Amino acid sequence: MDMINKNLNLVENIFDEDKIEKIKTRDGYGKGLVEAGEKNPNVVVLCADLSESTRSEWFKKKFPDRFIECGVAEQGMATYASGMAAEGKVVFISSYAVFSPGRNNEQIRTTVSYNSWGSESGKEINVKIAGAHAGISVGPDGATHQALEDIALMRVQPGMAVIVPADVHETQKATVAVAKRPGPAYIRFGRVDYPVFTTEKTPFEIGKAYTIIEGKDATIAACGSLVYKAIIAAKQLKDEDGIECEVINSHTIKPLDGNAILKSVKKTGCVVTAEEHQVMGGMGSAIAEFLSQNYPVPQEFIGMHDRFGESGEPEELFEAFGMGVSHIKDAVKKVISRKGK
Amino acid sequence: MPISTLHDDKLKALEEKANEIRQDLIKMLVEAKSGHTAGPLAMADVFTCMYFHILNHDPKNPDWEERDRLILSNGHICPIQYVAMAYAGYFPKEELMRLRKYKSRLQGHPHRTSLPGLETTSGPLGSGLGQSAGMAKVALMDGKKWRVYCLMSDGEHDAGNTWEAAMFAGKNKLYNLTAIIDRNNIQIDGFTEDIMPLEPLRAKYEAFNWYVIEVDGHNILEIVDACRKAEAVYDKPTVIIAHTIPGKGVEYMERDYLWHGSPPGEGPENAFTKDKQAEEAIKSLRTLGGKIESEHE
Repeated sequence: MDMINKNLNLVENIFDEDKIEKIKTRDGYGKGLVEAGEKNPNVVVLCADLSESTRSEWFKKKFPDRFIECGVAEQGMATYASGMAAEGKVVFISSYAVFSPGRNNEQIRTTVSYNSWGSESGKEINVKIAGAHAGISVGPDGATHQALEDIALMRVQPGMAVIVPADVHETQKATVAVAKRPGPAYIRFGRVDYPVFTTEKTPFEIGKAYTIIEGKDATIAACGSLVYKAIIAAKQLKDEDGIECEVINSHTIKPLDGNAILKSVKKTGCVVTAEEHQVMGGMGSAIAEFLSQNYPVPQEFIGMHDRFGESGEPEELFEAFGMGVSHIKDAVKKVISRKGK
Repeated sequence: MPISTLHDDKLKALEEKANEIRQDLIKMLVEAKSGHTAGPLAMADVFTCMYFHILNHDPKNPDWEERDRLILSNGHICPIQYVAMAYAGYFPKEELMRLRKYKSRLQGHPHRTSLPGLETTSGPLGSGLGQSAGMAKVALMDGKKWRVYCLMSDGEHDAGNTWEAAMFAGKNKLYNLTAIIDRNNIQIDGFTEDIMPLEPLRAKYEAFNWYVIEVDGHNILEIVDACRKAEAVYDKPTVIIAHTIPGKGVEYMERDYLWHGSPPGEGPENAFTKDKQAEEAIKSLRTLGGKIESEHE
């Protein structure tokens, strides 16, 4: 526990992989919607026939008049949301990430992002896209449902914020935060139970990365489900090899907290990025783009390497596709060996 | 025969306005050297009705809360919307000559935040009806009296997004939504019924729980009456299928899909050479103007 940044109010048993509480991150979306709905009567929630599994149903129960069922029509949903947002609503659209922002990408581009682009303050198109069941950890459903390109799709749209929270509390805070932030946003979360390492008291701010563990030998910047794996990898590297990793929770991919990354790599001289997404176009790419212009250092990428997934249990798939704890550890050792070459 | 809601003076004034608007449209397209011609000409009468009779709006206060919303779904015919807006007083007519130019507020396809008075951004087809439905839904949720008018093309009924929105509007009984379809029977690659048959279009909308009215899209009386009738329908959205002639008003362009995407001066040379096209278009419209005068004597 000595390694952990005390200012973040993380759980006490953070390194106890077996006993740490595990909850679905999407539960945080359900709670966050209700909280955002209580704070702002203009918050409305749309869903494309997945209200139970996205947890938007929790909002529906509390605010039935502000919940709109769209059926299996993600393109339609994005456009209804655009129209509603133009009339002053803060609109969450909920589905699986493969469908939204996957299937409805152009509708989001034209009727949300570009439509909001250049808005006077207060007239933004406040559509918040919630991509559930993202990543390989969707598991048995197989590759059709494993969104591994959604971060890339969203972060190239001008004006779109992109947030990938790491556990249930962070998902709840991120949901509330995007409701307050003017303009379009994408928030991404997964299907399965995931270790809850933050608490209600842990700070969260869009665009501010948090250093969970301080270290001098290598930086690991992770988002979403791989943050906890990075924490465990850092603990094992310290215990087994005396390697001190700095672990950063890079939950906001856009706007990227470049300063936090820069500060860390100036100390460590190298970085491993870890995400449940294609290595092309995701969080690792965002950091590489930033560092190559500001402070180039060796970088290794943990994520999917240009292939589709397949059916299997989540942990099995993390291992099979190179996103397990052992892979992060190997990447750290490799990136350290590249320093100064 | 429709039961007229217009006095003859007003009708004549609207017909003359539509003719003037068509002439300025030709001039701006010639200046822009690119853009669509047939669709905007076909919709000149509908746009004139909207901006000069139907819409409850205030060009000097485009953000007026209680205004009716006009959403152009098929953004490529925006030149006609721009001309109608300039005539209505949203911006100076001289600015029409800036169409499609760098740093212009008149983007090649309309952009909401570029020009006050535009309700949305469009161009990619099939997404305007969904946005209109979203707006109409908010008006019903919040007890607002304003109406939503969605102007659409027939070609964009190939798109699934259009039918998703049609189903959504029917389900939610958006009686404050009126869609007007430019049924001109052409799209870029040819005639709609060859590319992807839309008929029976009326039956399709009826099956989606819409109230359907068909009008001659160049008959101001019929257009106005249909819009007023839609206001009296209180359990479903209304669609007005406006049968139009692509290129209407410029005789040598009428019904020719080759004029879909070219401005005068750049179009097919099957009637006039490029250097004569603009002049002949204006001439044709002036002749039409003379006919309006004599019909109302």
